[in-house]
Amino acid sequence: MSAPATLEFDSVTKRYPGAAAPVIADLSLEVPAGEICVLVGPSGCGKTTAMRMVNRMVDLTSGDIRIGGTSVRDRPPAQLRREIGYVIQQVGLFPHQTVADNVATVPRLLGWPRDRVRARVAELLELVGLDPALGDRYPAQLSGGQRQREGVARALACDPPLMLMDEPFGAIDPINRERLQNEFLRLQARLRTTVVFVTHDIDEAIKMGDRIAVMQTGGRLAQYATPAELLVAPADPFVEDFVGADRALKRLSLLRVRDVDLWRPPLVRAGEPSAAARARAAESEVPYPLLVDDDGRPLGWLSERDLARPVVVPPADSAPDPIIDADDVLRDALAELLQAGTQYAPVVDPRGAVLGVLSVEIVSDLLAAGSTAQERPGDRVQDRR
Amino acid sequence: MTALVAQLEIHDRGPDTEQSCVASDGFCPGWIVDHIDRYLHPLWQHVYLSLISVACGFLIAFALAVLAHRRRWLVGPIVGITGVLYTLPSIAVFFLLQPITGRGALTAIIALTAYTLLILFRNIVAGLENVPADAVDAARGMGLTDRQVLWRVELPLAVPEIVAGLRIAATTTVGLATLAFFAGAGGLGGEIFAQITFKSNVVVAGGLCLALAVAFDVALLLAQRLLTPWRTAGTARA
Repeated sequence: MSAPATLEFDSVTKRYPGAAAPVIADLSLEVPAGEICVLVGPSGCGKTTAMRMVNRMVDLTSGDIRIGGTSVRDRPPAQLRREIGYVIQQVGLFPHQTVADNVATVPRLLGWPRDRVRARVAELLELVGLDPALGDRYPAQLSGGQRQREGVARALACDPPLMLMDEPFGAIDPINRERLQNEFLRLQARLRTTVVFVTHDIDEAIKMGDRIAVMQTGGRLAQYATPAELLVAPADPFVEDFVGADRALKRLSLLRVRDVDLWRPPLVRAGEPSAAARARAAESEVPYPLLVDDDGRPLGWLSERDLARPVVVPPADSAPDPIIDADDVLRDALAELLQAGTQYAPVVDPRGAVLGVLSVEIVSDLLAAGSTAQERPGDRVQDRR
Repeated sequence: MTALVAQLEIHDRGPDTEQSCVASDGFCPGWIVDHIDRYLHPLWQHVYLSLISVACGFLIAFALAVLAHRRRWLVGPIVGITGVLYTLPSIAVFFLLQPITGRGALTAIIALTAYTLLILFRNIVAGLENVPADAVDAARGMGLTDRQVLWRVELPLAVPEIVAGLRIAATTTVGLATLAFFAGAGGLGGEIFAQITFKSNVVVAGGLCLALAVAFDVALLLAQRLLTPWRTAGTARA
């Protein structure tokens, strides 16, 4: 349809007739084009209402919402909605239509020729990771995760410059939710659609959001910031409380292993003199030498006994476990260390060569420093996809 | 074997036994076979009365239900009025209408139509109400107009309830149409009452009514199957 659009809430207020307090009170925020803005807050904070005002499913009482500079008030609702992707928690697939017909809903409303619709449907199913052969099935014949993907495909059908998503992964089990979240982030990185994403789950907000709007009961905006800012500097006690006591820990989700200062392990190759290996280990923060192959891939930790001979001989079975991927977020890496019951583990680059060693100590130092460290605003995990 | 014996017996008894059978108002298969064609015209009238009445009833109830679907407050009054129509004794209605519409099919069709309204209206409204709210929300959110939501989402999903209503209305109407001859509209009822003590006559005319009701029911069921392929598709998960 067109390039991603900026979205502006300008002093938006929603008050239902007869109700004393507004549902949304003077909400102003701007979502830059191509970013994911997460509206998060406790139930009843008005986050869904705020989202639904964007496509006029709920009408504004006062203020204005502009998409790419054009007020939503100036557009007939049905026309406006056809240009905005819409995904809801229950997905809202049409049970009487096949998967392909569901996905083709908006293209058909826009009067696309039949061939173009068919080609687009196949492309979309592929895009969201659904087998195009599923196109002839009915929604009831799909699993929950497949239905959710179908819902996303349907919302993306006409390449909308803006997408609204209301707890889209809320009804999915944790494992599949994680997968769908990652897939969606990859998809969004490719399409660069502007997204308004509603959730009550702060962890999901931190994971999905380029910016997070924390909303408070009564429809007030408590803080609008990047995930890092939110975790480092919550604006008030409400946000601090909502973000949670473990916010330091949550920051670990925002950092990649490659972004922290890793320890340099004493790297040793087979055939080197043992004395040299021992000497290098003595100087390093890592007490044991790490045996690597000619390409720098880790083969195993060497113990005193392995160094007993004059030259280093590869031990029979000492493949290091775990090996951490430099692209992992710190939170997952720490979990791996704890899971394996070890203090440190080699970190490898995508080719498998050792970059350094991550230790529990590095992470705990980072957490301790976190309360004072100033992260640059917007310094979110780059290339998180 | 038994059938053969039975045939032989009938044959043995010959015309004499049949005459006595008819004379004693009994159940006489031979008489039935000989006189079946006299029921064809009343049967056709019966089909005509039932079909037209259910069709008219459906059109009226459908329009009312769509209207009430948008304006919820109308449901109560419409159920009230059609409920009164439903409880009026049909014979009384046939006679009350005669001064206005005269004797004939029109009077019968008006009365029979009135009887279907309550059933059809309530089923159509219930069908529209039971459409999953999330499907309607998604439809509106994607930019379907109210009319498109109704025709493309709500009505297709309400088909099972609507057909359920039609099936009840059709069988009820076939039964009630047996009284249509009081309005001068003919039908199988006329045959039943013409010789109400003659078992053969009552069995044939009554049996045709029953067969007609079953035929309507099966036809509607098949129509529903065709209209709702999504309900019969297996739910095996991929």
